[in-house]
Amino acid sequence: MPLTTYVEAIRQGIWEEMEKDERVFVLGEDVGIYGGAFKVTAGMLERFGEWRIIDTPISESGIVGAAIGAALMGMRPIAEMQFADFISCAFDQITNFAAKCRYRWGAGVPIVVRGPSGGGVHGGPFHSQNPEMYYVHTPGLKVVCPATAYDAKGLIKAAIRDPDPVIYFEHKFLYRRIKEELPLDDFIVPIGKAAIRRTGSDMTVVTYGAMVHAALEAAKELEREGIDLEILDLRSLLPFDKQAVLDSVRKTNKVILLHEDTRIGGFAGELAAIISEEAFEYLDGPIRRITAPDTPVPYSPPLEEFFLPKASDVIRVARELYAY
Amino acid sequence: MKVNSTNSQTLARDAVPPITLPREKTLLDMLYYMKLTRELEFRIERKLYRQGKIVGGVYVGRGQEAIAVGSCIDLRHDDVVCPSHRDMGAFLIRGMPLRTILAQYMARKTGATRGKEGNMHMGDLSKNLVAFVSMLGDNVPVAAGVGLSMKMRGQDRVALCFFGDGATSRGDWHEGINIASVWKVPVVFICNNNQYAYSTPLERQMAVENVADRAEAYGLPGEIVDGNDILAVWESATRAIERARSGQGPTLIECKTFRMTGHSAHDDAGYVPPELFEYWEERDPIHRFEHFLTDRGLISPSGVDELQTRINHEIDDAIQLAEKDPFPEPEECLKDVYYEEAAGSICP
Repeated sequence: MPLTTYVEAIRQGIWEEMEKDERVFVLGEDVGIYGGAFKVTAGMLERFGEWRIIDTPISESGIVGAAIGAALMGMRPIAEMQFADFISCAFDQITNFAAKCRYRWGAGVPIVVRGPSGGGVHGGPFHSQNPEMYYVHTPGLKVVCPATAYDAKGLIKAAIRDPDPVIYFEHKFLYRRIKEELPLDDFIVPIGKAAIRRTGSDMTVVTYGAMVHAALEAAKELEREGIDLEILDLRSLLPFDKQAVLDSVRKTNKVILLHEDTRIGGFAGELAAIISEEAFEYLDGPIRRITAPDTPVPYSPPLEEFFLPKASDVIRVARELYAY
Repeated sequence: MKVNSTNSQTLARDAVPPITLPREKTLLDMLYYMKLTRELEFRIERKLYRQGKIVGGVYVGRGQEAIAVGSCIDLRHDDVVCPSHRDMGAFLIRGMPLRTILAQYMARKTGATRGKEGNMHMGDLSKNLVAFVSMLGDNVPVAAGVGLSMKMRGQDRVALCFFGDGATSRGDWHEGINIASVWKVPVVFICNNNQYAYSTPLERQMAVENVADRAEAYGLPGEIVDGNDILAVWESATRAIERARSGQGPTLIECKTFRMTGHSAHDDAGYVPPELFEYWEERDPIHRFEHFLTDRGLISPSGVDELQTRINHEIDDAIQLAEKDPFPEPEECLKDVYYEEAAGSICP
């Protein structure tokens, strides 16, 4: 069986849904002739034609607005943001139009807005952001952040089939760095379900996106010291799998909350609140957060290296928490 | 005082109707919907709002009734309308019941949004009406997407998208007009140029003279019509709709008109020179059209009075029903954020 990369998994997922459902189409900047800046839509123009793989002007708000209009007419648009950073230009259409249609007048907006997020590739302040929390704070949206090729494929298919607007953040650092064997049959990963990536007994690391891999790397090192991490990959942030978080924390009694996003207003804060409210009596130590600092994402390698959370941070904090 | 040059022709225009006139039935429907719009908005703004029965904002289109009515009157049911906040006629023509509209304003469970939203923020996909949002101009790229869907599926439907002069300064408006023109989608963009964005007059909004001048930059036709002449609006819209339906792409129609009120019910429009109100009062679209019809014997003056009486009764009845309608249960706050299978919410 061939191994499938994360980026190829997304491409396969979109391709399969387009083959199956002619309402599905892609619009975005350079998605057609060029096949997308990261080649997520490579070859699709030739297969599906220019009215299902639509090259657009540089108009993120226009792209998302048009996706909304087509969705209201029964289509299943996938709007690509060339970099997730540029989703800010479409913030209004996403948060005011798409997110509130069903609540206001009962009209579903089944769009997917997807784009590459995250750092580690020296993209600098405008090609490295993790903008998920703006959308997690918007009722009416769903937000997913796959960490594996299997999830990348299963979640894009679930997002396309979902009756509500889904914001799909694919981590560009993972595009070609991870690969795995994927099942041949049609599968989805349900939105809102977490996955345990490693079963452990000493403490839980709750994380998502590229940081899942940092946590796994740390767990290998810590295993040699006799510290046994449980790693919970949220996969979806909105809705998120509260039960899986509480179950794991109640089992291990200690928790590290890890994300690449910045600290204040990051998802870790929300998780910490919920764990305090609903599993306080199970905790044998302080809830610890590992996040990026509250700065833009810097460009120069030593600065970006400093900015990004990494396995060594997990190892350090896990040792402290283990000793607590 | 600046009075737009096109308006000097408006009174003369009455004597020169379009070469092709709408059918007689349509002409009388036009009068009905304009008068219904005016009376309904009069009750909403001057009665129900002042009686404290409408708790939120009220925005009316007094003086602008010809624009929505003249452009929507001949649409097919499967055409789509994306109205804005001074286009009540569009909702009425598309079949939004009076009771539903009044219940919406009075925040009842039976309103178009079940109490979730107020005033003109109404939509109903079964009537091909898309609800707008308060970020004006957002419905322009959305309408482009509606048209895109029609084009992709080879349908001969069209979409009408409404906005005011104020919305044309927003980035979304420009992005939306541009992609609609690049894609040549079947959308007709209709501007209610009522010369004020809240309190800000046109010359402080844009450095071009006409909204239609913006069309050239995007490669689509831009037309200017007298927005207080329903036949001129109808003629221009009919041409643009046919153009869109036959695959020739979008048109921008600028309807010159005037907002005969403040921005909203709480605004006394003290910043508008009184001469402007006087000037436009003489060009009232309903009075002009009544003259047009009575001059040609298409309706008698007593027929106009009877029509007004009928409209008053229809609205009286609807208000009575809507006032007795229940408010939503508080817990309904939590409903319909997402698709709920059992809740019967719409899932396209």
